[in-house]
Amino acid sequence: MSANLTLPPGTPRIEEPQLALLERLSNACAVSGDEQQVRKIVLEEIKPHVDEVRVDALGNVLAVKKSSRADALRVMIDAHMDEVGFMIVDDDKEGLFRFAAVGGIDERTLPGKTVLVGKDNVPGVIGAKPIHLTEPGETENKIPIESLRIDVGAGAAGKVKVGDRATFATRFRRVGDSLLGKALDDRLGVATLIELLKNPPDGVELLAAFTVQEEIGLRGARVAAYAFHPDLAIAIDSTPALDLPNWDEHENTGYNTRLGAGAAIYIADSGTLSDPRLIRHLAQTAEELGIPYQFRQPGGGGTDAGAIHRVREGIPSVSISVPGRYAHTAQMVARLSDWEATLALVFHAVLRLDRSLLLAGR
Amino acid sequence: MKDLIRKLVETVGPSGYETAVREVVRTEIEGLVDEIKVDSLGNLIARKGQRSPDGMRVMLSGHMDEIGLMVTHVDEKGFVRFTTIGGVSPATCIGGRVKFLNGTAGLIYMERLESGDRLPSIEQLYIDVGASSRDACPVKVGDVAAFDRPFLDLNGRLVSKAMDDRIAVAVMIQALRECQSSPHELYFVFSTQEEVGLRGATTAAFGVDPELALAVDVTRTGDTPKGVKMEVSLGKGPAIKVRDSGMLADPRVVRWMVETAERNGIPYQLEVLEGGTTDARAMQLTRAGVPAGCLSIPTRYIHSPSEMVDYDDVRQSVRLLVELISHPVSLG
Repeated sequence: MSANLTLPPGTPRIEEPQLALLERLSNACAVSGDEQQVRKIVLEEIKPHVDEVRVDALGNVLAVKKSSRADALRVMIDAHMDEVGFMIVDDDKEGLFRFAAVGGIDERTLPGKTVLVGKDNVPGVIGAKPIHLTEPGETENKIPIESLRIDVGAGAAGKVKVGDRATFATRFRRVGDSLLGKALDDRLGVATLIELLKNPPDGVELLAAFTVQEEIGLRGARVAAYAFHPDLAIAIDSTPALDLPNWDEHENTGYNTRLGAGAAIYIADSGTLSDPRLIRHLAQTAEELGIPYQFRQPGGGGTDAGAIHRVREGIPSVSISVPGRYAHTAQMVARLSDWEATLALVFHAVLRLDRSLLLAGR
Repeated sequence: MKDLIRKLVETVGPSGYETAVREVVRTEIEGLVDEIKVDSLGNLIARKGQRSPDGMRVMLSGHMDEIGLMVTHVDEKGFVRFTTIGGVSPATCIGGRVKFLNGTAGLIYMERLESGDRLPSIEQLYIDVGASSRDACPVKVGDVAAFDRPFLDLNGRLVSKAMDDRIAVAVMIQALRECQSSPHELYFVFSTQEEVGLRGATTAAFGVDPELALAVDVTRTGDTPKGVKMEVSLGKGPAIKVRDSGMLADPRVVRWMVETAERNGIPYQLEVLEGGTTDARAMQLTRAGVPAGCLSIPTRYIHSPSEMVDYDDVRQSVRLLVELISHPVSLG
């Protein structure tokens, strides 16, 4: 059932099929550098709906939905397929494997987590020492990742090898308005972009980039933008909501975004100063149509827009995200209503784009 | 030239929001160049001349943006929290004044620190604009501000915020005024977003696709009490950059700049900068690569609200730049 947002008729909504797709995407394993599982789902979903699709040298899926208008604006919309995860780096025998993080992961969140390793999803655990056997003071320090091991059990040792990727074993669940799952950063973006290709906003040439390797340096997006050479770009991602109250009851001034406050428009992050014309356009669209939105607090973080806007002679760019708590951990928590608001806002903002927007100076 | 400098440094234009500076520059150079365009990132690209047989396509880049602050939160009592745009240190903020793009003025202060002698972090600072509540506050999340200090002339030592890099913008404009003829197709690029990672120069260089690139920027000096060990001083002329932390200047370009200075009796200094880089790095690495260098204006107190240059150094920088662009280049 869709969230209870009041949106203009014709707006794509989030219903059971979209949620089922998100579940498949969230549960798939696609750690940076090996996005095949998600790429396969994307290609299946979009092929019937696009005019051109190809997979480039890095594994990006680049799809084009043409417009009937002759001089249509060429709009690149981007979402990244990869997630942060792990890679097996050494075999310590008897089912124990040394591993490294791929992308930014807080080591403190690892002990005790269950994982799935390799193409066959071999179950394992990042073992933690039982608390009654710890030394005094030992529990005060974080365990460096070099000291942790993934344990798949001696019986499964032959099924895992160095170079395999692993993800958190979290399975997706939807509870009312809450979406719980791993890799919602950025499977929410991927699902949104798939939906936009199925229900494309009229009048623009839609250049959809499902990118690889965002989490390790925006690498896929850079080449995708070079290939597309669009008039402007919108990156759809997920961004942290740090909106829990402070313990000391002072106002939380560093919330980044808040759950339930709608689609998060980026003004600035560490990699991009969003094009002010696009910020204004998104905000005005949201205001006029009553789509819930918020401004992500400026500073920190980054999206594919960081690479896209610097490509060639520059591409006017902006990012928009679905807020989520506990990013880059085993489970994110997001809201269906925020997701639906994001989909609606991108749809209508693109629908209302006009060349005159770019003629005005920054 | 001092009026031009004053007009430029007193304009508010942090990275990403350079419109007001761009308009000042455009007004100054209109009529002096053949073509002006503004690209997707707001770079002002002005072309002068055509490439003759003994000339090259030359790109000069000086950045219009300055470091600044952006509002992240306005609290219930009207105090404004912020993040930095570019390299802003808490040390240069406390008690300082700011001016927002929308004209609002304010001052920066800090929370009480736990231990008395530590520097605050940016998160422990806030701006007070004189508002008593969030609703009454004239600024909102996303608004940008720059340091606010008036231009001062201290016996020929000029002091202001944003000498980095408006002094170079002034030098480029003055060179444009004084350059009578040139064999080169000259691109005077007034770039954006240098302070956040050379972003404007990256895209402008791709578009211009030059054969030779010269940045004009500030560099620090080693002539203040217990200061950094560096050969560059105020009053000894423009600095010819040999290297910085992002770029090894092309030795042929360095030699050409040195020979030009010596031939014309222009004082100069050789510069090695540890910590910091310029648009020259971005131009050097564009497409298949470009021979690049940088003409540096010695500056004390960079990235503080009171940056200081020597007016004679500035005039000599203009002279050197004019000589460099007015004659064929022999990279040899």
